[in-house]
Amino acid sequence: MSFIRSLALALLGFIVVLALFPGILVSDGYDEQFRDHADEPPGVRFPLGTDELGRNRLARLLYGTRTSLLLAPAASLIGVVLGLSAGVAAVFGGRWTDRAFEFVTDLMGSLPWLFVLIALRAALPLDVSPLIATTATFILLAALGWAAPARVFRNLAASAKTQNWWLQAEGCGVPPVRLWCRYLAASIWPVAATQVWINIPVFVLSEANLGLLGLGVSEPVPSLGNLMRELENVHAFSTRPWMLAPVVVLASSTLALYVLARTREAR
Amino acid sequence: MIARYPAVALLFLFVASAVPSELRFAMRSEPRTLNPALVDDEASELIRFLTGGVLIRVSRSTQKLESELATNWALSPDGKRLRLLLRSGVRFSDGSPFDASDVDHTFRLLTDPAHPNATADAFRSGDKAPVVQKLNDHEVVIVFATPLASAARLLDQVAIVSSRSQKPETAVLGPYQVSEYRRGSHMLLRRNPNYWKKDSTGRSLPYIDQLRITFQANRELEALAFRRGEIDLISSLDARVYEDLSRDLPDRVHDLGTSMDSEFLWFNQVPSSSLPDYRKQWFQSTAFRQAISSAIDRRDVSRLVYKGHAIPAVGPYPPANKLWFNPFLPVHNEKADEVRKMFAADGFRESGGVLRDAKGNPVVFTLMTNAGNKAREQIAALIQRDLKRFGIQVNIATLEFRALLERMTKTWQYDACLLGLVNVDLDPNGMMNVWLSSGANHQWNPSQVKPATAWENEIDSLMKLQASSALESKRVAAFRKVQSIVREQEPFIYLVHPNALGAWAPALKNVKPVALRPSLLWNIEYLYLSR
Repeated sequence: MSFIRSLALALLGFIVVLALFPGILVSDGYDEQFRDHADEPPGVRFPLGTDELGRNRLARLLYGTRTSLLLAPAASLIGVVLGLSAGVAAVFGGRWTDRAFEFVTDLMGSLPWLFVLIALRAALPLDVSPLIATTATFILLAALGWAAPARVFRNLAASAKTQNWWLQAEGCGVPPVRLWCRYLAASIWPVAATQVWINIPVFVLSEANLGLLGLGVSEPVPSLGNLMRELENVHAFSTRPWMLAPVVVLASSTLALYVLARTREAR
Repeated sequence: MIARYPAVALLFLFVASAVPSELRFAMRSEPRTLNPALVDDEASELIRFLTGGVLIRVSRSTQKLESELATNWALSPDGKRLRLLLRSGVRFSDGSPFDASDVDHTFRLLTDPAHPNATADAFRSGDKAPVVQKLNDHEVVIVFATPLASAARLLDQVAIVSSRSQKPETAVLGPYQVSEYRRGSHMLLRRNPNYWKKDSTGRSLPYIDQLRITFQANRELEALAFRRGEIDLISSLDARVYEDLSRDLPDRVHDLGTSMDSEFLWFNQVPSSSLPDYRKQWFQSTAFRQAISSAIDRRDVSRLVYKGHAIPAVGPYPPANKLWFNPFLPVHNEKADEVRKMFAADGFRESGGVLRDAKGNPVVFTLMTNAGNKAREQIAALIQRDLKRFGIQVNIATLEFRALLERMTKTWQYDACLLGLVNVDLDPNGMMNVWLSSGANHQWNPSQVKPATAWENEIDSLMKLQASSALESKRVAAFRKVQSIVREQEPFIYLVHPNALGAWAPALKNVKPVALRPSLLWNIEYLYLSR
């Protein structure tokens, strides 16, 4: 188990280091266009080839990984923390808080998000830099992604409250803060870690879809999501398999995160 | 006209006639309306073309006028009266007869003030709608308030509606009628049993029994369906898909030459918009627009985005529009030094890699375009990089189309917009509401009460002159002058005219592809399948 864990850690570390310091592998910027070398296959100069505008695919992949693998986990973490806080507050805040929680999470589940997002985009200013647009996209994902885990946490907390060990601890006079922080947190933590892990690839892909509504990461900034939008062209990636590199990076980093979460749980 | 098609095809048709033949193809979007008078989108336009009967058709092949439901026509010397002799013995698909009262009824519907539409606008003179006078059952005169030289040509866009039918929406005079429409899925068009046209051997047209049109927005999936043989043709291919298909199926894809479409961008010049004053000043400056236009490498747009299947644009029409294109428009000078001089002459200075105006404001603007159009997103990325060379920061915002329209037409909260125009009308009269300063589609500064600039005033005069002149040479001269003014002032910065790229299965016969829309289906009556 420790070997697999080490391997996952090394893989994740490798990806993160390259994403944080892409200059180790490439000197080209992600938006530099080598127009006389457009759509080239992999070679010495461009190890992953170039895209249709002549941009170095490796440079775009590394910078795109940085965008997605820094912001998607952050957004996932924020979403889970929000969900956790809301779920636990619903259980311990009294009947009205619980009802309000139910109402809000039901509302979040039933809103036609497509139209809400379109309306939101229409209301937002256009004149923002790509960096702000990218950050706003992931904050939006966090704001939308808290409701589903919140229900899970609410049910977990409600169930814990009826367990014998909880009643016994309460009966023994254990202070509420200690009960929450030590006992409740211990039972919720594995679920929270799993929720964070599950949300990362979901958020990366959601970001790509938001691009269709004008809310995603905008040109020229790359992200794993918008790089994967190229794969809509089924025939293109069957003849240019190197276009699958973003999928490989996303799958391997998600797998590494999963292994780390599972092995930690097992320990 | 009918006799020109080979009778050889018919031999096969008689053999295969036991099985109903079905032509399958996809449309990128669903028609917004089936009412022929309210058509304002490409999908509705195609359905109107396939189902509607018109008095006069503009041949997509020769660009000349051809007789359809009107056997003869003549415009009075003053250009105000168009006399039409109607074909007799014609019946709508539901069996009701066609005569002068249907023409009158159609024009009443078309010009109904409750349903404003672009086709009616092209016929109007000011607020006055054309009036149809019935001389007898088979002869009418359409009277215009002011001379309308292109009146006959505009009839290509007017599908005749039945005045007697109980269900006028289902009674058509075109080769096909809508028999099934499932939203989100498909549309089935069956041949009109009463269609009046016959081929040289006297056989009723069209040859193909039904058309199955599926709705498929994704171009990659459309191409995949074509590869699998699930659809028989693609009228408009993306350059990338064209290149992929041409490698594997070289005999099925065809470059039909330059289309009438154009890709262009414009700056928001609306005086009442919420833009900061200094930006309004940039965008209203001719020199600024000229410098931006010259800074864009159109050959790279053509080469990289369209894989060479496009030509750099200098104006609204490509050379393929034989009559109206102005061949004397100068091509853009894209030399970097010249562009720098142009910016400098307008008071802009570059320092530290940032271009600033005379007051020190850095030149930054947002270029919006519609999301999901890969070619446009790529063009925007090329423009972004081209302008970065001169110290200009361009932010790209891709918006869902309705949100884009909202900003473009109502709130005017944008700096610049990149879009394309699908041109189905060869005649400039079809673009009156674009070029007139009072027009709603005069995008850079729409619906002006009085022309904001002297050059817009001049365009207004020239457009009215060409619309009212009965002499073709006078009309051409006036519109060539309009093109020269547009080239000089660059309210629209034209980028490229993409080629029409099509693909069809070998089983589909008699295809006579043209660059004008509908490029593969314009002679739908004569197409047949040999499977």
